[in-house]
Amino acid sequence: MSLDPRGRSHPTYIAFILHRVSGLLLALFLPLHFWALGQAIHGEAALEGFLRWADNPLLKAAEWALVVLLALHLAGGLRVMALEFLGWRARQKDMVAASLGLAFAAGVLFLLNVG
Amino acid sequence: MSRGAVHLWAAQRVTALFLGVAVAVHLVTIIIAVRGGLSAAEILGRTQGATAWFLFYCAFALAAGLHAAIGLRTIAAEWLGWRGRGFDLAWLGIGLLTGLFGVRAAWGLYVA
Amino acid sequence: METLKAPETLKVRVWRGDAAGGEFAEYAVPARENQTVLDVVTEIQREIEPTLAYRFACRVGMCGSCAMEVNGRARWTCRTHVRRVARPGEVLELRPLANLPVIRDLATDMAPFFDKWARARGQFQPKDAGDGAVPDDFAVVPPESKARREADAGIECIGCGVCYASCDIVAWNPDYLGPAAMNRAWTLVNDVRDGARGARLEAVSGDAGCHSCHSTQSCTQHCPKNLDPSSAIAGLKRSLFWDSLLGRRG
Ligand code: HEM
Ligand code: HEM
Ligand code: SF4
Ligand code: SF4
Ligand code: FES
Repeated sequence: MSLDPRGRSHPTYIAFILHRVSGLLLALFLPLHFWALGQAIHGEAALEGFLRWADNPLLKAAEWALVVLLALHLAGGLRVMALEFLGWRARQKDMVAASLGLAFAAGVLFLLNVG
Repeated sequence: MSRGAVHLWAAQRVTALFLGVAVAVHLVTIIIAVRGGLSAAEILGRTQGATAWFLFYCAFALAAGLHAAIGLRTIAAEWLGWRGRGFDLAWLGIGLLTGLFGVRAAWGLYVA
Repeated sequence: METLKAPETLKVRVWRGDAAGGEFAEYAVPARENQTVLDVVTEIQREIEPTLAYRFACRVGMCGSCAMEVNGRARWTCRTHVRRVARPGEVLELRPLANLPVIRDLATDMAPFFDKWARARGQFQPKDAGDGAVPDDFAVVPPESKARREADAGIECIGCGVCYASCDIVAWNPDYLGPAAMNRAWTLVNDVRDGARGARLEAVSGDAGCHSCHSTQSCTQHCPKNLDPSSAIAGLKRSLFWDSLLGRRG
């Protein structure tokens, strides 16, 4: 795989890469997330134990990153489907920008609330 | 035969549409939930015996599992060259299993 | 006192080799005011390196034969001015088009590209004259109709292969039909005189067809004719989706 960045710096290409990388990371996170929530099966104490273990700056940062990735992927997915089903052509840059904006907003909100 | 791939494509868009709503709900829940830190008591307070939430999380988990597996199939085909019926069936299985794993977690939060 | 300004030189790195491999060779040609990339290649071949292989015909952006990778991006070279792609003093780097077998130096084998047009059923199939007979009357296709505008939007393709060389999916899936072939298919899907809609949509569906396009829009971004193959492919997906859902597919 050789990816010369000189032909791949337009906003819609970057949107594709962000969508793919975010989707990939989210997909890898999903089983972990389900495993963690599944601790509840062993009772409240088990879930609480996991949450206390996860209560450190490193994992908080990872959680924040995941929230941003989720918002980013959501926005990117809506972009793709607007093209596919609604036949949008123009204003591509605006759509990419709006996607980034949504992800950014979700990240900031999350940060404000964690504090 | 290309019909299988077309169905996977359609399934990914249909799940994506549902996930669009579910993820928006989830982001709001998360942002409210993490306010002042998370505790098991708080989470269970929301989920225990809450049938509507349970059903929502079941649908969310299955849709996400399937959607993600179809996405991984594409990435693996393009970046690793994993193509063919065997891989397709394996990805469907992985998607279903991941989804059911999520249903198990939702069940735990519902009855715990 | 008058000083004679020495002609500035343009440094050019040209990929030389064949299917078995190759490497860059460096040349220097006089930098001129109005110089296209194709002019530079021609100058190298005429003045320095007679064995350099490349391809061109019309020199005015009509035939689609002169495309190459210019500083990492596919372009038609006859209509690309050097000063638009290389700042003064910058090296010009030329490679054969990506995603196609190299014949020699800057000449690629376009056969896979055109074979895929055929596989995407890029040939017009008259509705009323399946056996090649001449229809009785002219078809009236109102210029303002939606189908006509969709067909018109893709008709000016010159088959240069720039989009095909710019598409990652072509690189990642050798069977992928690619943007130009599917742009052609979408044009015909919208041609109300054509009678092969069903078979054509079938031909462009699945992993080798429109469903593998990720809307990166590299094709649209780089098409020298300003066509929008990415949107054409989205149109194919949309048609297939509704035709399947409403049971319109055989
Ligand atoms: C890959 C996408 C997802 C991401 C990034 C994500 C992220 C998060 C985060 C950051 C939290 C906060 C609590 C914690 O850290 O444990 C959370 C809670 C939760 N998630 Fe997810 N999640 C995703 C998908 C899902 C899915 C598909 C389900 C469906 C079963 C789910 C069910 C839950 C539940 C039940 C909670 C607890 C909610 C509450 O506090 O009421 N998540 N998620
Ligand atoms: C639960 C969280 C989610 C996970 C784990 C996930 C995972 C993935 C993965 C791994 C891909 C493959 C990426 C690629 O082929 O480049 C993908 C593609 C896609 N996702 Fe998601 N996704 C999630 C949520 C969403 C949401 C909420 C939407 C939109 C509303 C969405 C829309 C899409 C679309 C349209 C594609 C196809 C992209 C393409 O073919 O180019 N996804 N997803
Ligand atoms: S939009 Fe589709 S066809 Fe065009 S370059 Fe991107 S993946 Fe290829
Ligand atoms: S669509 Fe544009 S880039 Fe592609 S072959 Fe036709 S003219 Fe060239
Ligand atoms: S030489 Fe004909 S298009 Fe460039």
